[in-house]
Amino acid sequence: MKTEKIISVQNLTKMFGDFTAVKNISFDVYKGEIFGFLGANGAGKTTAMKMLIGISKPTSGSSTVAGLDVATQTEKVKKSIGYMSQRFSLYDDLTIRENINFFGGIYGLSRDQIRQKSARLIESLGLQKESKKLVKSLPLGWKQKLAFSISLLHEPKIVFLDEPTGGVDPITRRQFWELIYAEADKGTTIFVTTHYMDEAEYCDRVSIMAEGEIEALDSPKKLKKQYNTNSMDGVFLKLARNVE
Amino acid sequence: MRIISYIVQKEFLQIFRNKAMLPIIFVLPLIQLLILSNAATFDVKNIKFSFIDNDRTSTSRGLISKFEASNYFDVLEHFTSKELADQAMEKGAVDVILDIPRHFERDLVKNKKAELAVYTNAIDGAKAGIENVYINQIIREYNQHLSASLSLTDHQVARPINILAIPAFWYNNTLNYKTFMVPGILVLLVTMITLFLSGMNIVREKEIGTLEQINVTPIRKSQFIIGKLFPFWVLGMVLLTVGLVIAKIVFSVPIVGSIGLIYVFTAVYILLILGLGLFISNFTETQQQAMFIAWFLMVIFILMSGLFTPIESMPPWAQKLTLLNPIRYYVEVIRMVMLKGSGFIDVIYQLSVITVFAFVMNGLAVWSYKKTN
Repeated sequence: MKTEKIISVQNLTKMFGDFTAVKNISFDVYKGEIFGFLGANGAGKTTAMKMLIGISKPTSGSSTVAGLDVATQTEKVKKSIGYMSQRFSLYDDLTIRENINFFGGIYGLSRDQIRQKSARLIESLGLQKESKKLVKSLPLGWKQKLAFSISLLHEPKIVFLDEPTGGVDPITRRQFWELIYAEADKGTTIFVTTHYMDEAEYCDRVSIMAEGEIEALDSPKKLKKQYNTNSMDGVFLKLARNVE
Repeated sequence: MRIISYIVQKEFLQIFRNKAMLPIIFVLPLIQLLILSNAATFDVKNIKFSFIDNDRTSTSRGLISKFEASNYFDVLEHFTSKELADQAMEKGAVDVILDIPRHFERDLVKNKKAELAVYTNAIDGAKAGIENVYINQIIREYNQHLSASLSLTDHQVARPINILAIPAFWYNNTLNYKTFMVPGILVLLVTMITLFLSGMNIVREKEIGTLEQINVTPIRKSQFIIGKLFPFWVLGMVLLTVGLVIAKIVFSVPIVGSIGLIYVFTAVYILLILGLGLFISNFTETQQQAMFIAWFLMVIFILMSGLFTPIESMPPWAQKLTLLNPIRYYVEVIRMVMLKGSGFIDVIYQLSVITVFAFVMNGLAVWSYKKTN
């Protein structure tokens, strides 16, 4: 059983004017688990995640990530986390290798480290032939895998993935989840948002958000039992119906 | 330092990879320099001149022939009445009308005094002013010539010699407008390119989402900003160099003062402009917004810089406003140094002002750049 808390969130709230995007949520994530953060579009997943990675200030509440207070030790938190945003955010006009050099460089890796890591990364993704091609020429699925691998360059303790598989085909999604599993096996904590219910089944625990609040949080197995259904789809639909 | 070098390296890669941007950065400004410097001249030539000669004497014809002899005036057919002349003026067919009254010669000989009327189309006030100066000069010259000949024929006692003003134009003794305009236009190019590129660059990263990715890294604000702006600082200095070479070779603009001083001033000046660009990009979400604001500021800066219109002829409140205009100082300094040979001591005021501006602007820019929203 995983018991060491790596993310701890207390009463986190974010308001944009009168609109409350995230309502007073509290939860813990344990070291080494794959934590699924589910919810419909606009449920507040991305907003909550942005507060945890220190690019959005909460209106109230607090959170610790990797044992550090996000509000006061923001920059230290950033050293311990990796992030892959919903929008593809590598540089399209740089090659694969140049992107790796740049992100490795700004995380403060040494030239040797960058050289070794980029060689390993390119090999493991099978991109040897493409390493000198511009990133914009790659298919979306490869770009996503590359972005994921680059977010791990500095060996973060936790990696935040915001809808990493949006818009890619089922086979690539499958491959992507294999990468996630491989990383989780190394002890990295994975915090992933998605609205694919089949992906929810791959997570150790999932939280389901609706209208800025966490409606349910448990392992997929227990949730299915609790809501008396045989798929996460069923759980999600029942919860969504309750909200309406 | 190492982290900054990674950003600088990435920026240069992107600048040189963008095949559409490179010509915009280097070729367009040079075309501008070549065209504007030739076109933007204060010389008024081909003035459409006409006259109404009610006197028809040798004196009145003599005056008109002076206008015909001038390079600046195109003497058109004369009008027989003031009404016809007015109509032509309304149609825009004529710029200047000289109305010579009857008994012009008689009055001149008898009373030593005669009156002339000059009508000038003053839709363009600056042009009308210059035309007026030309006309006055021609009439004054003719007057001197006349008083000499008339007094001779009249056998009168020679009057005291009129004071003759011989204009002496210092620092640009041929009144070559290119000498005057090229340094100024060079200032505009350096300013525009650095302001637009720096303003747009960071907003672009906001638009494509890479700025968010950067904000999640532990990079320091100052590292990121220095790394981002340094390549554009270099570009600005390269642009200045190319511009100076063209000024010297193509336009033969004299560079009397120290080139080093121009570089020192420009180095600080570009920092200020980059700070402004960054400041704009912090408060805008899209490249269009940034472009609009940068352009809006640019137009005000240019028109209030003393480049095209002298600051001395602006109303006092506007003159005070120009004290906030960075281009004003740069235009002053580059003209002083290039044409007049001013040294460090002479431009220390402008240099201090620009340095203070640069600190304030970059301070504001760094302060308003937020990694956390």
